[in-house]
Amino acid sequence: MTAAVALHIASPTRSASTDEPVVVRWLLIALALSFLTLFLFVPLATVFYEALRKGVGVYFNALQEEDALSAIRLTLIAAAISVPANLVFGVAAAWAIAKFEFRGKSLLITLIDLPFAVSPVISGLIYVLLFGAQGWFGPWLQAHDIRIIFAVPGIVLATTFVTFPFVARELIPLMQAQGSDDEEAAVILGASGWQTLWRVTLPNVKWGLLYGVILCNARAMGEFGAVSVVSGHIRGMTNTMPLHVEILYNEYNFAAAFAVASVLALLALVTLAAKTFVEWHFGHENRTNIQEQET
Amino acid sequence: MSRKLLSLLAAASLLISAQVSADTTLLNVSYDPTRELYQDFNAAFARYWKSKSSETVSIKQSHGGSGKQARAVIDGLEADVVTLALAYDIDALHDKAKLIPADWQKRLPHNASPYTSTVVFLVRKGNPKAIRDWNDLVKPGISVITPNPKTSGGARWNYLAAYAYALKQPGGNDATAKEFLKKLFGNVKVLDTGARGSTTTFVEREIGDVLLAWENEAYLAIRELGPEKFEIVTPSLSILAEPPVSVVDKVVDKHGTRKVAEAYLEYLYSPEGQEIAGKHYYRPIDKKIAAKYAKQYAPVKLVTIDDTFGGWQKAQKIHFEDGGTFDQIYQPGK
Repeated sequence: MTAAVALHIASPTRSASTDEPVVVRWLLIALALSFLTLFLFVPLATVFYEALRKGVGVYFNALQEEDALSAIRLTLIAAAISVPANLVFGVAAAWAIAKFEFRGKSLLITLIDLPFAVSPVISGLIYVLLFGAQGWFGPWLQAHDIRIIFAVPGIVLATTFVTFPFVARELIPLMQAQGSDDEEAAVILGASGWQTLWRVTLPNVKWGLLYGVILCNARAMGEFGAVSVVSGHIRGMTNTMPLHVEILYNEYNFAAAFAVASVLALLALVTLAAKTFVEWHFGHENRTNIQEQET
Repeated sequence: MSRKLLSLLAAASLLISAQVSADTTLLNVSYDPTRELYQDFNAAFARYWKSKSSETVSIKQSHGGSGKQARAVIDGLEADVVTLALAYDIDALHDKAKLIPADWQKRLPHNASPYTSTVVFLVRKGNPKAIRDWNDLVKPGISVITPNPKTSGGARWNYLAAYAYALKQPGGNDATAKEFLKKLFGNVKVLDTGARGSTTTFVEREIGDVLLAWENEAYLAIRELGPEKFEIVTPSLSILAEPPVSVVDKVVDKHGTRKVAEAYLEYLYSPEGQEIAGKHYYRPIDKKIAAKYAKQYAPVKLVTIDDTFGGWQKAQKIHFEDGGTFDQIYQPGK
């Protein structure tokens, strides 16, 4: 949704010049840039500076350490499960909401937004209350020797919960804006529901979908609060990268802490680059669509 | 698309199963300042166990505020052994979840505490605010850092040490002690959830004039970050802190790890275990080894929780439960 709004503002149909005097414009730009430098570039540079301060050898040793590798692995596992799960859910939910009319639709939309509204710590606690040894399903799970909390499934669940809305939230406004004319045409021409989804609906939203997946992935890898509650903090087993950074920092192991943090930062930068690319493509395609419709 | 998803899932499950390796794995759920101690001790025990039984044992660690860690074990964190900051937190494993028998503290010597510690002050180099004893902490303009007694074991020891000091002053009684602590916590600027968080606040973020800390934590901070930055002030009176250990019966019986878990805790009492404790600035209970490390601590008069406060159950009820003394004297933001 934010992407769509941003595109309207940035679209070239709006005139480039405003009535403001040059001084005001430069002042605003300088203000924005210094703010960005202070709160974004400097901290980011610090992460890499601190990580490499004791030399490249120390940096790579810290990343090859067994606990660090296990934290990286766990973070990737959590993202590899929760992102596809939310992709499937997001498409299904957006499709249902945008293309069909049914009772309780607004309730469903509200529910999708729920993870944005509650604090991540609460989302973690929900799972402890459900699956913890003293929780609702605790005794049953223990009797069957199934571990959810303080193990990998709990971390995946918590990650899935907090990243739940990203894909759906991205797709719903897009699909609603596109309407269901294309789908109706496809059905009239004899396409099955499945064919309509694959050949018509998904290609129409593919850039928005990708954008949602990227955001979802960024949050999945960076999540701290909810995962911290259900993790149990067992080194080498249930520590994700953000948790591992905190542990290393608390052990006065600053170079290693910043080394792991720099990997997280790199992942974020890659995500950002991918996001920019998708935004550019997405915007480009939208504009051509609009122009086509206008001509 | 769905095939991709399946292969991703398969890859993920392979990665998970690749994590299971060593013969036996123990999980030691511990409190904050013991990280370095158990890193050393775990390696020593693994060597000892290998030579004794030719079994490979790997010990996993989890650290956090003592109360929080106990809560996690109650909620199902499958700790084979717990090594927490105070007996009350281990009592909770019996009271709330029946994971251990009520008399767990009788199963190992010395109240199941293989090492002891106490509470000291860490101040900035040169002691610019001239902090010598507890009564200096309540002076106006002194900023004190201590963790939250609700979540941290160390913080409860800090609180009780201050309380004991106030009680032992001429004319001291519960009312004056309460007044003393009210003033002291009036000077507390940041309440972290665990001891290590407070240490980081004090040494890294450079907030506060004095940190109330475990003796071992204070020495470790100096060793890690340099004696040119901080110094330790030992007050005239402090509390004998006994961080106890226990096997978690329900878990070891389920994992079949009782034998090695018990050996692990007993090894803490062995000469090597005691040496490692001493090296990490804990006070060993073995007399001979304690004597060897005695010169690294300043002399201090120590009171015990049993003599001064009638044991942990009573102290917890009076001071730290909801509506207890701590809640009465401390209102955040005031």
